[in-house]
Amino acid sequence: MILETAGLVRHFGGIKALDGVDIGVRCGELVGVIGPNGSGKTTLFNVITGIYRPDGGSVRMEGASIGGLPPHRITRLGIARTFQNIRLFRELSVADNVRIAHHQHVRYGPADAVCRTGSFHREERRMREEVEGFLSLFSLQDRRGELAKNLSYGDQRKLEIARALACCPKVLLLDEPAAGMNPSEVAKLMEFILQIRERFRLTVLLIEHQMRLVMGICERLVVLDFGRVIAEGVPSAIRKHPRVVEAYLGRNVPSGNRIHG
Amino acid sequence: MELLTEIVGPYWIQIFQHACIVAVSALGLNVIFGYTGLFSLGHAAFYGVGAYTAALLMKEFAGENGDAGFLVSQSVFLGSLLAGGGAAALMAWLVGLPVLRLTSDYLGVATLGFGVIMKVLFDNADAFLPQLGGARGMTGIPRMTSLPWVVLALTAAVLVVRNVVHSTYGRVLVAIREDEVAAGAMGIDTYRYKAIGFTLGCSFAGVAGGLYAHLYCFLHPSSFDFFKSFDLLMIVVLGGLGSMTGTLVASFGWIFLLEGLRVFLPPEYLEFRWVLIPVLLVVTMLLRPQGLFGVRELPFLRSRV
Repeated sequence: MILETAGLVRHFGGIKALDGVDIGVRCGELVGVIGPNGSGKTTLFNVITGIYRPDGGSVRMEGASIGGLPPHRITRLGIARTFQNIRLFRELSVADNVRIAHHQHVRYGPADAVCRTGSFHREERRMREEVEGFLSLFSLQDRRGELAKNLSYGDQRKLEIARALACCPKVLLLDEPAAGMNPSEVAKLMEFILQIRERFRLTVLLIEHQMRLVMGICERLVVLDFGRVIAEGVPSAIRKHPRVVEAYLGRNVPSGNRIHG
Repeated sequence: MELLTEIVGPYWIQIFQHACIVAVSALGLNVIFGYTGLFSLGHAAFYGVGAYTAALLMKEFAGENGDAGFLVSQSVFLGSLLAGGGAAALMAWLVGLPVLRLTSDYLGVATLGFGVIMKVLFDNADAFLPQLGGARGMTGIPRMTSLPWVVLALTAAVLVVRNVVHSTYGRVLVAIREDEVAAGAMGIDTYRYKAIGFTLGCSFAGVAGGLYAHLYCFLHPSSFDFFKSFDLLMIVVLGGLGSMTGTLVASFGWIFLLEGLRVFLPPEYLEFRWVLIPVLLVVTMLLRPQGLFGVRELPFLRSRV
């Protein structure tokens, strides 16, 4: 298990957004997290990445406990994420968005920056090449100078993934990467997620509502409802799982109790 | 130098020096507010810390008239300027530890409170250090600030800001301004970098304060109250948040307008400056809400890396 949670609890006032969540992700796996609206999927991501502190339970990354660490520490341990409501650095260029994610790998000090030493120029050049690599992977290289806010919606989603990859993560968390995409874009995205997983040897955990995407590429699904894991397994089994069907569609009411009219 | 003084007159030279000093301080505030996005209303307090520190050291170590040898007194002056910057930086770091946990308007209120505290401290400073003068003002500061000193300081400030802003550290500051949560998720220790940006910006105010003290040779607590913080904020907003060019132009424009009108307006209408300048501010904000320069820069201030 590269990433593991045990008995994870998070309250918001009286609401238990996470109520004892146990999930485990094996190295190299592609796991989908699904569930109805408000079931705690994004809260789970926010607790794993340190944006919220857990009220109970533990999060482990490669065996080390990371629950309650600040977000930047968790990212440095190899967990990067995208956000459901896109959170790009809107007033910065496309290239700068990716460059910022690469900050933790820059090897020059503030004094080098002020004095513009050789190592400053060397590192900036190296970083520029790396960034270019990430951008061309996403076919964004022609828009490198554009402000992030001026990109189309689909490109903004792509840039968010590019930025997360530039953190050089081991585990990538994608929060609704296909939101607002049309079917052909979703198909391309599926292809793409599989490609980057291969290329960067990633473990991917993704939240998604589009069943086409989830069923199409995930090796395993975790279903949340009211902050609890109600089912876990391969997509084909999840599709028929009675508790999942119930969570999404409601219970089949015995015909005698139906309200007529 | 004498020729220059002959042509434009000592009064305008002095105003030019004052404008350079304000520009150094405003560049610092631009790092804090314009680039890092930290709403600070206490910048003049750090300016004051630098001014009093430098003036005190100069009085202690170089005598009232700076009557040691030229080189010695200039070196002591440089040392006290740096000490002024250092004192402001230290103060900023200490104040930043608690208040930088706050965001946006709350940070503004906290720094405003700090500014008020410092004003009261300056007012009563003679109680523990009689040389500081307290509410009567500090006198007997040698006149050390000269044209070369202010030009040197401004050049250094511009270069430092430019080189930091167009490096990975500057981009981190801007990322925090744009989206602190996302910046944290990119592996950036946002709290630490906010403290660094704040401290750096305040150290500029400290150096500027030291130059100011040795330009007019007199310090009074009213020069470091809330309104002075607000003046700097207006300069930075007027020039354009995150534009060095804008800050420079606005600093010079501000001082020359303020002091220039002193020459052109008849004395009985002098207070109309405080009608004219706010009107100008309102008009600018209506026509160019992003500031005079937005985020644009002169060619030599642009990123070339």
